[in-house]
Amino acid sequence: MSTATDTIQEFVSSEYKYGFTSNIDTETIPAGLNEDVIRLISTKKSEPEFMLNWRLKAYRHWLTMTEPTWQFARHPPIDFQSSIYYAAPKKKKTLNSLDEVDPELVKTFEKLGISLNEQKRLTGVAVDAVVDSVSVATTFQAELMKQGIIFCSFSEAVQKHPELVEKYLGSVVPHTDNYYAALNAAVFSDGSFCYIPKGVRCPMELSTYFRINSANTGQFERTLLIADEGGYVSYLEGCTAPMRDENQLHAAVVELIALEGAEIKYSTVQNWYPGDKQGKGGIYNFVTKRGICKGRKSKISWTQVETGSAITWKYPSCILLGDNSVGEFYSVALTNNRQQADTGTKMIHIGKNTKSTIISKGISAGRGQNAYRGLVEIKKSATGARNFSQCDSLLIGDKCGAHTFPYIEVKNSTGQVEHEASTSKIGEDQIFYCNARGISTQDAVNMIVNGFCKEVFRELPMEFAVEAQKLLGVSLEGSVG
Amino acid sequence: MNPQPILAIQNLHAGVEEKKILKGINLAIRPGEVHAIMGPNGSGKSTLAAILAGREGYDITAGEVIYQGKDLLAMDPEERAREGVFLAFQYPVEIPGVNSTYFLRAALNEHRKHRREPELDAMEFLTLVKEKMKLLHLSDDLLKRAVNVGFSGGEKKRNEIFQMAVLEPRLAVLDETDSGLDIDALRIVAEGVNTLKRPDNATLLITHYQRLLNYIVPDFVHVLWDGRIAKSGGKELALELEEKGYDWLIKHDVAKA
Repeated sequence: MSTATDTIQEFVSSEYKYGFTSNIDTETIPAGLNEDVIRLISTKKSEPEFMLNWRLKAYRHWLTMTEPTWQFARHPPIDFQSSIYYAAPKKKKTLNSLDEVDPELVKTFEKLGISLNEQKRLTGVAVDAVVDSVSVATTFQAELMKQGIIFCSFSEAVQKHPELVEKYLGSVVPHTDNYYAALNAAVFSDGSFCYIPKGVRCPMELSTYFRINSANTGQFERTLLIADEGGYVSYLEGCTAPMRDENQLHAAVVELIALEGAEIKYSTVQNWYPGDKQGKGGIYNFVTKRGICKGRKSKISWTQVETGSAITWKYPSCILLGDNSVGEFYSVALTNNRQQADTGTKMIHIGKNTKSTIISKGISAGRGQNAYRGLVEIKKSATGARNFSQCDSLLIGDKCGAHTFPYIEVKNSTGQVEHEASTSKIGEDQIFYCNARGISTQDAVNMIVNGFCKEVFRELPMEFAVEAQKLLGVSLEGSVG
Repeated sequence: MNPQPILAIQNLHAGVEEKKILKGINLAIRPGEVHAIMGPNGSGKSTLAAILAGREGYDITAGEVIYQGKDLLAMDPEERAREGVFLAFQYPVEIPGVNSTYFLRAALNEHRKHRREPELDAMEFLTLVKEKMKLLHLSDDLLKRAVNVGFSGGEKKRNEIFQMAVLEPRLAVLDETDSGLDIDALRIVAEGVNTLKRPDNATLLITHYQRLLNYIVPDFVHVLWDGRIAKSGGKELALELEEKGYDWLIKHDVAKA
């Protein structure tokens, strides 16, 4: 018995392979947070006045708020004055083409398996690469522009499309939304921006790749994605960070807006540094992601595979305002060693005949704690609304935990809400059964975990699905016997 | 005349923590032979099967097991399987979410890799599987389901023999495969095992009842009692046991001593 448990332990403990640091010339501002810092960030980015005003409003509101404590995760208090709120790879001059990007940066992304070189890129994915707080390169911009698609860094959007930014910024996640969203609104330095015009199907996958590099910095980026009437886009997001002993804060905000008949598919493979086996270091991933199905028959689909971060705190949500709009949430969250995850979704049904689906798969290994927290709300106006939720938990070993906190509020008697839940464990018997057929322990665990997650994986774009499967394999390496 | 045994167990002592279960087992199984091990509950039958397959948690205190000239006990369970040892489980394990076809193909390809043979792709595998399924009278539908999930007791046992048909082991250990089977299922399972019999492989049947041996006729019958093989004989020994019960043997054994 004890040997089997040891092997489980071993399997859960593998190394984080993206933990390297790149030697990039970085410009940072002194640590600490006050109105001057916010003015400095805004000046550095030559922002129009509406942006500075919005940031200051958010900051003043943030000062009145306190950190949330309701989540199922514990961490020592965060000293917001010790963090650096602006770090950017130094630019020698304005970039005219990708060839001028710091070769060290290009190398960093090559190491992560992401080519910023369009010629080398055959897979048809356009990438916006964000390092620390700043977007360093966006590929395929010109080609996308031919169809009227705007895909650029947030800073560029502020300069070139201020009317779109002013109209939609904070329209889904207001600056008062929650503690971390308010902080983000005050200090965010960059992120990705995307606008899909009326009736355009984006011909390639768009993706943002986030990388935290500098020490003692917080990363606060903001993504704003608008699909105009009948537009379609599939958007991918990936993240990694170096291994550091201290915890780093990542407080991002993502806002999605789908107008009539538009569809947005947003996929995340989150692999921030999770900390070491004793729980030292790792990213605090406190993120607010929300989309609004504003028009009739619009659709927003969130798919996330969460394997990294010391603490994950995020609830990609859908506000189903338009009649017959559809919201989906597919999630795999894995916690290993001492990782903690409190994640789930909110589906707010406002329009008639709105439909939502929630499929959540939590995997706990090592001493990981995994909580699903979800809200399904059917407002009085949402006649004929329907929801289906399924929350499954898989436990590996006997020192981890799985928790479910589902909230359901139905104010319209025609609403239909279904909730299914299950908890299972990868048992030594299952492993031995596979062994006795010639399948190694590692392969057996991967097989069982992938089987458990397949409903979510099939929602991911092909290329990402393969990566996600591998990632789960690596994250669980050495964890069972 | 007397080929090298596939399996040679010599003076095997094993137990769990302080408890001794096997107290000196000696057994040689040669190619083409079917051996049956019978014995009352708690005599150590399933322990023997588990140790042969490599289940963890047993202390082996003395003796050795040589399989095709190699030290079986030094191998990992998956290595034993790839070398041709197959255990048909008394209680086959359910694996939710893992498709039966996928599972079995992964297993077969591990065996093939081990033998340096090319792996089978999905189509080649399906052709093979269709043929083997007929042998066990199993419906195609089973291949679409998760491993053993929602299978009846009989289906689970037939599925074990089906896996055995696909993996074609050198040494098959059937741990109480007959328990919980009705007479029709028992006949199908037995037919399967008989069809798979070849001059170069061997079968070890572990059973509580003589019933199975009406369908799979053993070359040798061994009676396990209190961790030792108390008596060995031909197939008639099973009938004698059925008639007189294990008590007879125990008294006989004691009288002899």
